[in-house]
Amino acid sequence: MAADEPLVLGIETSCDETGVGIVHGTTLLADAVASSVDTHARFGGVVPEIASRAHLEAMVPTIERALKTAGISARDLDGIAVTAGPGLAGALLVGVSAAKAYAYALGKPLYGVNHLASHICVDQLEHGKLPEPTMALLVSGGHSSLLLSADITSDVRPLGATIDDAAGEAFDKIARVLDLGFPGGPVIDRLAREGDPAAIAFPRGLSGSRDPAYDFSFSGLKTAVARWIEAKRAAGEDVPVRDVAASFQEAVVDVLTRKAVRACKDEGVDHLMIGGGVAANSRLRALAQERCERAGIRLRVPRPGLCTDNGAMVAALGSEMVARNRPASDLELSADSSLPVTDPHVPGAQGHAHEHDHSHDHDHVHEVSKENLYS
Amino acid sequence: MDTATPAVTVALHDGEAVVASSSQVDARRHGELLLPAVDRVLKEAGLKLDAVTGIVVGVGPGPYTGLRVGLVTAAAFSSALGAPVHGLCTLDGLAYASGIDEPFAVATDARRKEVYWARYEDSRTRVTDAAVDRPAEIAERLAGLPVVGAGARLYPEAFPDARDPEHQSAAALAALAAERLAAGGDGFLDPLPMYLRRPDAQVPKNYKVVTPQ
Ligand SMILES: [Zn+2]
Repeated sequence: MAADEPLVLGIETSCDETGVGIVHGTTLLADAVASSVDTHARFGGVVPEIASRAHLEAMVPTIERALKTAGISARDLDGIAVTAGPGLAGALLVGVSAAKAYAYALGKPLYGVNHLASHICVDQLEHGKLPEPTMALLVSGGHSSLLLSADITSDVRPLGATIDDAAGEAFDKIARVLDLGFPGGPVIDRLAREGDPAAIAFPRGLSGSRDPAYDFSFSGLKTAVARWIEAKRAAGEDVPVRDVAASFQEAVVDVLTRKAVRACKDEGVDHLMIGGGVAANSRLRALAQERCERAGIRLRVPRPGLCTDNGAMVAALGSEMVARNRPASDLELSADSSLPVTDPHVPGAQGHAHEHDHSHDHDHVHEVSKENLYS
Repeated sequence: MDTATPAVTVALHDGEAVVASSSQVDARRHGELLLPAVDRVLKEAGLKLDAVTGIVVGVGPGPYTGLRVGLVTAAAFSSALGAPVHGLCTLDGLAYASGIDEPFAVATDARRKEVYWARYEDSRTRVTDAAVDRPAEIAERLAGLPVVGAGARLYPEAFPDARDPEHQSAAALAALAAERLAAGGDGFLDPLPMYLRRPDAQVPKNYKVVTPQ
């Protein structure tokens, strides 16, 4: 039964990874991922219909693989969590529908949770319970935000976000200009290690004294890098790909880490968590470490495999929802492609807490769970 | 269950007859409506899902987003409970429900000014694979035939002899499946989506320069 270490399965289908994770409290038992990234590569970006088709194909086999890896039966679960948003609508819907069907068939409570809050909560699997409050820098192909969370299950406050491109999107676009393929993050990271980050002075977006302190902008940087490359090409000169990669990457991670550290200082928070696919970037990790140390801030970054989209992060947040008696979602749960970051989860219309004395019988998910939690 | 058309439809069949059913027509809310409908139907019958010995699902053709809701739900039920899933062509449910005993066709809305369609010898016998075409392109081939389904009503100039039903019902799909199961279990499809169209995906054109020429 659910105690302070609930056993929860989490499903993630918001983009191109079909992820299913199983956690026991803050212990990771399984993290199964089926990715359609290779199918998207030749299109230079994620194609929603291709992603949705791949999710449908992979969904149930990935769930079964995760259960097998964890060595548990689905009947042992204390809850099923799923990314309800934000993300690609059709892709989200596959995961939400599967989660509902499993929850209903097994009589387990269902938790529709926020993808961004999950990216933060996943760090509990690596570094234990999140300090409260936690400052989080979330950077990926879809989002770049600074978030302050006093309670990851109920209170996530956005301090700033990108006003144009996401950080990961900038990596993809520059990789395309340099003809390096998709996704751009890993290849730029690799080339940048052999380049000079100070070779070219690319602009730092929104870094003026009058600019918003916590917002980001990567569109101007992207254009500046593209122009610099085109000018070289137009002059018939070779493009120093490694130096361009290193200098571009430096401009991105310089702004990200500077603003994150400043937010920590301004808010009096002594922990910084970095998550999302771009958190796998080696230079971002190194520079963040350096600047946090200098500022007396403890840095928490999950290992790269937990930074990219996965089911473990959803399970981690679901487990926290169960542990903190947050209300379950109901069977009408929708996939919400623009779920606000301020909603860590989507409680049912009834909105009452999931309690273990089973005194309520009007919430169906709850009602059915009566039989299975104790049998 | 069938979610391949604007109808979100669920029925429970006990091998003899339909015990309970639910149909709601709402092209945009398949994800929200399906599980509550399953729950209602089972409650009406006084049963739990684990009493179900087989799951029948319409595999389309139909608009993909809704279609996938029914298919992934069926697959998840099956995985959780161990009951087998039987796929049926969605158009076969409409054909069966029509009860027509002469040659006819079924046509549903495929959007983009096209219909999903197939020809039938009688209400139980499909004689062509399901296909997707513009009504004007198939009007001649189907001339003189009654046409069942919402596709016929949408394009009266191509299909002047529109017949009932307009919408898919899981009750008909379940009754057809019960007949086939009783007859030995042949005539089912794998529970995989019948898309009939390739995904919309444009390979990006070669890199375009950012700087104005
Ligand atoms: Zn993400």
